[in-house]
Amino acid sequence: MILKLKNHHLEQMLAHAGRDYPSECCGILLGKTDGESKIVHEIIEMRNLRHNPSKAQELLPLDSTEKETDRNRFLIDPEEQVRVEKSARERRLDVIGYYHSHPDHPARPSGYDRDHAWPWYSYVIIQVFRGKAGEFTSWVLTEDRSGFDYEGIELEV
Amino acid sequence: MEVKIIIPTPLRQYTEKRDAVQLRAATVGEALQGLTGLYGGLRKHLYNDEGKLRSFVNVYLNDEDIRYLQKDQTPVKENDVISIVPSIAGGAGRLCICS
Repeated sequence: MILKLKNHHLEQMLAHAGRDYPSECCGILLGKTDGESKIVHEIIEMRNLRHNPSKAQELLPLDSTEKETDRNRFLIDPEEQVRVEKSARERRLDVIGYYHSHPDHPARPSGYDRDHAWPWYSYVIIQVFRGKAGEFTSWVLTEDRSGFDYEGIELEV
Repeated sequence: MEVKIIIPTPLRQYTEKRDAVQLRAATVGEALQGLTGLYGGLRKHLYNDEGKLRSFVNVYLNDEDIRYLQKDQTPVKENDVISIVPSIAGGAGRLCICS
């Protein structure tokens, strides 16, 4: 599959990543599939629930809340996720993937990313270095859950 | 009881593209076991190697998270709807194998 998005979608994600630095930002890609392409129609910026450690711990506990914070972890509230999905369905759009930032880390998936991924979705990662968003990549979980395959991104002006 | 399980888009590749599966069960756990019995490819994305539901996989009975009910022992009623919703999570750290 290939992920197709417009320049303004990318700009929106990069701006979000820069604005939330040094925290990780996160969001949802809404769109449609067309043959071997996933086409982004909308970017929905979401709240990183790790800003609210007690609620986040209740939903998806971390081993160490000292080492793992909103600077290296993100979590989307599943209830907010359901709301976004419902409203997307009414507009005949699907959740086709997610994005998040890696502040001062490469735009490569981590073991933690892999352990919390599902197949098929596109996982876009944006590197933010000293507050400036830079490299961005997209990944799809492998069928056996052992890692990710790189996914091509096609930018349309 | 006959219940309906809604299948999220990324998992429909394992359910012959069905967006919902109806089956008979007495509890939520039984319904999910029935589902993975029918479609074995789903199992590794829902359960970990110890056979427990993966920590990021949330299950809702109608609109209620089963962790606040009786978890997988939650009894179901006729025509109840079960939804599987992932907690989308991740973050920087030790890099994983990717190609």
